[in-house]
Amino acid sequence: MRGSVGRRKVAIKPPADLHTEARSDSSAGRLLLRFDRVERAAHWMNALLFAILMATALPLYFAQMEALVGRRELIVQIHTWCGIALPVPLIISLAGPWGRRLRRDVRRFNVWMPEETRWLRGRGREPLPELDKFNPGQKLNALFIGGAIAVMLGTGAILKWFGLFPLDWRTGATFVHDLLAAAIFIVVFGHIAFAVTHPDALRSMFKGWVTESWAARHAPRWLQEENALVSAPDSTSPKDLN
Amino acid sequence: MGRRVFLGMVALGAAGVAFGSGVQKIIGSAFGSGLGGLLPGGDRFRIYTITGSFPVISRDEYRLQVSGLVTRSLDLTLDDIESMPITKLVKNFQCVTGWRVPEVPWEGVKLSDLLDAAGVHPNAGGVEFDSYDGADTESLTLYQARLPDVIVAYRMLGAPVTTEHGGPVRLYVAPMYGYKSLKWLRAIRVVEHAELGYWEQNGYPVDAWIGGTEESGNQAAG
Repeated sequence: MRGSVGRRKVAIKPPADLHTEARSDSSAGRLLLRFDRVERAAHWMNALLFAILMATALPLYFAQMEALVGRRELIVQIHTWCGIALPVPLIISLAGPWGRRLRRDVRRFNVWMPEETRWLRGRGREPLPELDKFNPGQKLNALFIGGAIAVMLGTGAILKWFGLFPLDWRTGATFVHDLLAAAIFIVVFGHIAFAVTHPDALRSMFKGWVTESWAARHAPRWLQEENALVSAPDSTSPKDLN
Repeated sequence: MGRRVFLGMVALGAAGVAFGSGVQKIIGSAFGSGLGGLLPGGDRFRIYTITGSFPVISRDEYRLQVSGLVTRSLDLTLDDIESMPITKLVKNFQCVTGWRVPEVPWEGVKLSDLLDAAGVHPNAGGVEFDSYDGADTESLTLYQARLPDVIVAYRMLGAPVTTEHGGPVRLYVAPMYGYKSLKWLRAIRVVEHAELGYWEQNGYPVDAWIGGTEESGNQAAG
């Protein structure tokens, strides 16, 4: 049965070093695993590559920065190789048996209810009982980044191997690469702003867990799903903890 | 939903590659190169360097040497260059990787006028250029160097060429990709066979004609 559902393991015991913290805040209750190690590693590798790509993009585009940094060819090399490496952590973490949770979370991005559009219009002020593990804004962020990676890789490849493409395509690829880069800066800084103003959610990207009360407020449907799996007697197995 | 957003972005990206060149032209002509240069994806120069900083050369200390297979070597000040007949061009700056700044005003001296002033030997076949940055080099065949839209520019965009654009004096080779238009021009050497320039040695095409080989250019080079 659990095989047919394709998901198991849900509630986790807090790691030893978190025990006291969890206990000291009894209202928080149980801890739930929001991101496993694979998901966290994929996120932070992706974040690191994005950071290098964005930092090296600045002097390539702004003359004043280029004046300070110089050595354009070196910057281009760093930018290019980080770009080529960009899909690697995602592919590796999605591909193997270790990527089960990540794959399931990616599938969640494909679900969209009309209520979610309304929630987004109201800037998330109205509670939405149907909120899944990720709220509509988080889903759009993930989808945008996924699409942006694909488009930046495609246009970046045209700029890197320009000799293979007609001149008009190179101009078009530069146009798209530049415009999308500006959009990426806005979205990534928005993502960081949301993260630092939501420390519980941010912590789950460092340590993996959220409290049950957090889940009840921000991801009620996910909590239901997790609870259902916990109550199924054969669904938890301790070695699944990560 | 997710698939639609993802595929939509990819489709939009592909459309941008196919039509971005045209869209950029429309934006450029609608807003002028002023605002067009501010918008991401608009008409703007990307500043290339090889070394860690721009070489800063004052007007007074600037010298341009013309040497090699010439009757008399020249050592020109900026005043000397400015006293020669001026050539004004309004032409695109086109980078080989795709970015383009349309209708840039250029002013300077025809390279062929400088070569004539020095007197080119009959056995000369190429011209090499050095930069004040100590790293960049470029070269042209003698035929290419004598084209009427190849100039030694000291004004650009309606003002003296700025340091970031290669001032006080740079090369502007209108019919070729931007890497041919060497910045911070220091020396012009007339030789029998020109060596490849810095960018060609680093993988940029030796055939730098914008949009592909120009027949006559190749014949003359051969």
